[in-house]
Parts: sequence; structure tokens; C-alpha cells
Amino acid sequence: MSLEQKYPEEVKKILAKYPSDFKRSAIMPLLFLAQREEGFVTKEAIKDIAQLADVTETEVVSIIGFYTLYHDKKEGKYRMQVCTDLPCALRGADQFLDKLCENLGIKVGETTEDGVVTLESVQCLASCDRAPMFQTQGPDGIKYHDYMTVDRTMELIEALKGKG
Amino acid sequence: MAHILLRHRDIPDIDKLSVYKKNGGFAAYKNAVTKMKPNEVADVVKNSGLRGRGGAGFPTGMKWSFADKNSWPHYIIANGDESEPGTFKDREIMENNPFQFLEGLATGAYATGSNTAYIYLRGEFWQVAEFLDGKIAEMEEAGYLGEKIFGTDFSLRIYTHLGAGAYICGEETALLESLEGRRGQPRVRPPFPPSEGLYGKPTIINNVETFTNVPMILANGADWYKSMGTADSAGVKIFSLSGRVRKPGNYELPFGTTFRQLIYEHGMGVQDGRPIKSIMPAGASSSVIVVDEKVLDTPLDYASVRTFGSELGSASIIVLDDTVEMNWVINKTVHFFKHESCGKCTPCREGTHWMRYLTERIELGDATSADVDLLLNVAKQMQGKCLCALGEFSTMAVVTSIERFADDFKKAVKA
Repeated sequence: MSLEQKYPEEVKKILAKYPSDFKRSAIMPLLFLAQREEGFVTKEAIKDIAQLADVTETEVVSIIGFYTLYHDKKEGKYRMQVCTDLPCALRGADQFLDKLCENLGIKVGETTEDGVVTLESVQCLASCDRAPMFQTQGPDGIKYHDYMTVDRTMELIEALKGKG
Repeated sequence: MAHILLRHRDIPDIDKLSVYKKNGGFAAYKNAVTKMKPNEVADVVKNSGLRGRGGAGFPTGMKWSFADKNSWPHYIIANGDESEPGTFKDREIMENNPFQFLEGLATGAYATGSNTAYIYLRGEFWQVAEFLDGKIAEMEEAGYLGEKIFGTDFSLRIYTHLGAGAYICGEETALLESLEGRRGQPRVRPPFPPSEGLYGKPTIINNVETFTNVPMILANGADWYKSMGTADSAGVKIFSLSGRVRKPGNYELPFGTTFRQLIYEHGMGVQDGRPIKSIMPAGASSSVIVVDEKVLDTPLDYASVRTFGSELGSASIIVLDDTVEMNWVINKTVHFFKHESCGKCTPCREGTHWMRYLTERIELGDATSADVDLLLNVAKQMQGKCLCALGEFSTMAVVTSIERFADDFKKAVKA
């Protein structure tokens, strides 16, 4: 099933945001839509988006490569993206991430055995006063988790695992 | 003093349309659209002395008047990409006082002759986008957006557009590329966006905080706004305070408030009562300041911060205490810029790569003093050679840390 067949309403709404002769503006929102189910953009979706935005597939792939929130392969169901930039690091973000790795038994960039969580270290998330903090990117979009502790993060991970 | 921008801290539920209206919401917008000419609106903003809050500090009203009247349609864009390490003010505004921001944007659209407005949000602000979409729908229902607004010929639609994780898209021409469905790489200027911007049409781009000032300026007048702040920097500013302070957060204060007041009175001082070693007043892009008593008593405004070789920028103030080593600081900032360099200009793409190689080596204790010299050399060679400010920004903390905190680097390298 094509992206348009799967999400007719959403596709229509996205295309309506931009002038009809500049459909390529829809590439970015369409990529978010395409990632919704699998957490990455499939080859078929790339074809669909190229057609909808009237560009080549290569151009769509170049957008996926440039922006960090688009993914071209399957990872954990939830990406846990911890900010370790300067302001967060001044509030213990590096130690927080180390502890998290220890507790989960994985390194940064790896996924838990059950495929639920991929742990990542990312650049500034505009939440410098609430560190340690991270965002989760998953089937229900992107969510912020501010003022986190290792214990509360482990509880959250258990809850995400429970969601199956 | 009551807040002008962070009004949600004084007025509960101001994110609800009825509450916002009860507190004077949309009166200034209605008055502008029904009783003023677009250029009169721009003139009030010009006279208020409001300057862009994204970092560059360009006079807002003047920018509005630049929209090329021989080329149509016009677009107006709110820059909500907020990605500078140390900045987190626009998120608080949009999440808590959304209508004031949206009213400012709609008023700016009227003043610049734009019938379409986009809010460009960093991709991480997914929840903010959903929230704003709901508020925009409420405004449409109430007749503040749509066709023939207030019975006039003015029509306006506002749309949100999510980025997807790229600091560079806060640069206005990279933002335009991104909004056009391309990789966010800055354009060669001129032409500047007010003559050729989105889809090749005149486009005005302002920061979220800038727009949020507008309804209050129109409601209370330019003179009222100018009565706050300093001669050089009118009005109030949201200072994002982070790092080793007891109470980090956003503080809305008049320009001219001193560093000491911000850090000690509002931020409750430094953690564990330690002395301040350095301040980065413009986030990761800062030239680092060597802090002494005189610096602490300096007013926070664009001109004063410049006197000790730094910039106020977006006023994202990162406080470093005496336990922090500057070689560690620049390793952090350079990692950031290396990751965020868009790759278009060779000095930035290659320069950030080699700077990271060197800061990492210093951090690991494998460097000699020759590596520090080389790092300074690479940084200085990048300056003035890149299309946008990112390349330049990546060198600021590096050069000033090595020059102003030489001892930290002496200690970090092998003899």
C-alpha cells in the first residue's frame, strides 16, 4: 500500500500547507509520516514521497541523510536520545548517560536485546535548565523527558517495554 | 514587575483563548488590521527600538519595511528552531503563552503584507507543533485567521513546519532551504530574504521572542517599550541561564540588568558557593569572558557585553565555575559544531573536523603545546571564510579560551 493509500487524510493535509507549485516543501513532513510505523523510512516510502513531491528518489534520500531525526534502517522501537552538550554536561549528563549504559548493559548507539530501546547521545535539545534530560523518538512521535534521574529513566524504560 | 513576555507566570491559563482575550488578547491585532495601515504598524515597532531576539539584534521594524513591494506574494516566518546550546526561551513562550506569540506573528504578517505565515520549529519540538496547531485552529474558528479578517480584505493562514534535527536551520537562509524541502545549507547573500526569500519571494523572518513582544508594544506604545532597557537595547529580554548556577531557567528582565543580578539574585548564585571562572553569554557560540568584579557589574545589553570582547547574542548565559577546565569546554563546543556543520563551505567542514581531532587529543592528555598552537591556527584560519556564521561561531570559544585561559591548556598538555 502506498503512503497516500495508507494515510490519505494526513497526506492531503500536508500538501495543503504549501503552494501547489512547490510540493517539495512537503518532503520533510511526509518523511515523518512515513517513519511513523517502522521507525525508519522504507524504500517504498522513498518512492512514494518522490512521486508526491515531484522530485527524484535521490533527492529524498539526501534529505534523510542530512537531518538527524530521519532514519533509513530499523533500530529500537524507541530511540532514547540523551543530550550531552555543554550546558547539560555541566549538570551531569555524561555521568547520567554512563550510568544508563551500565544499567542497560549496552553502549551508546546500541539497542537492548528485546529491541525496545536504542540509546543515543545527541546535540542540544533546548532544555539546558532541566538536565539531565532526553527525548524519546518512537511510534507516538517525539517526547521530552526533563529533570531525569537514572531510576526514573529505568522505570520509563520498563513502561515502554510493557507497551510491547 | 509583571512579565511582558512570560505572562503565563503571572496569569494562570493564559494559554486558553478565553483567558488570553480577557487579558486584552487580540485587541492590538484587531486595532492594527482595522484601523492602521501596514506601514504604520511597522513604524510603531521601529520607534519602539525592538531588535531581533534570535541573536543578531537587527532592528525589527526596519526589517519589516524592507519587504520588497514590487514583488508578491510576501511571506513571514517565525524562527522557532532554537538550537543554540544554552537557549531554551522560545520553547517556554510557545508552550505557555502561545497566543501572544501567534498574535505577534499575525500582526507582523499584516504589517509586511503577508497572507501566509510559517512557523519553522526544530523537529524535536514535535509536541509544541501539535499544541500550536490546536491554537491556530482555535484562532481560525474565532475569525482571527482565514479570509476577510475582521471584515477587511486582509486574509492570513498560519502553518507549522517541523525541521528534523539540524542546528544550521536556525540560520535564516538555511531555514528557507529546509522549508523548501532541501538540505539546510545556507544561501549566498545577497539577495537577502526581504527581497528574495521563500520560493524566491520577499520573506521576513523573525525569532519567536521577537514576535511575542509585538502585541504589547502595539497595545502600550513605542515610548512605553523604550522606557525599559537601555538606550542601545530597548525593552525586556528573556535571559536563559544555565550551567553551574543553583537556579537555572529563563528570566525576563530589562536590558541593563547586570550579570551579578542575573546570576546571584535570580539564579541564586553558583552551586556549592564556588567562584565564577567564566561566562559564555551567547551559548556555545560565545567568546568566553574572564570574570572579575567589574564584569559582574556590567549591564547586560548588546553594547556593554562587546566592551570585554564578547557578544550578547541570544542571551543564553552559561556559567562556568572554577572547577571547569576550558579545554574540556571547547572539546564540548567543538563536538557540537563539528556535528552541526552543514558541509557546504570547506573551511567550516574541514576546520571543525580538525579542531575536534585536536580538542579530543588535548582532552585525552595526548597533546603537546604544538597541538594547542595548531588548534589556534586552524581556528583563526577559518574566521571570515564561511558563508554563514556557524563556521565563525565554532571558533569563538576556541580562540578566546586558548588566549584568555592559557594556563588550562598548559596543564592539559604533555611537557
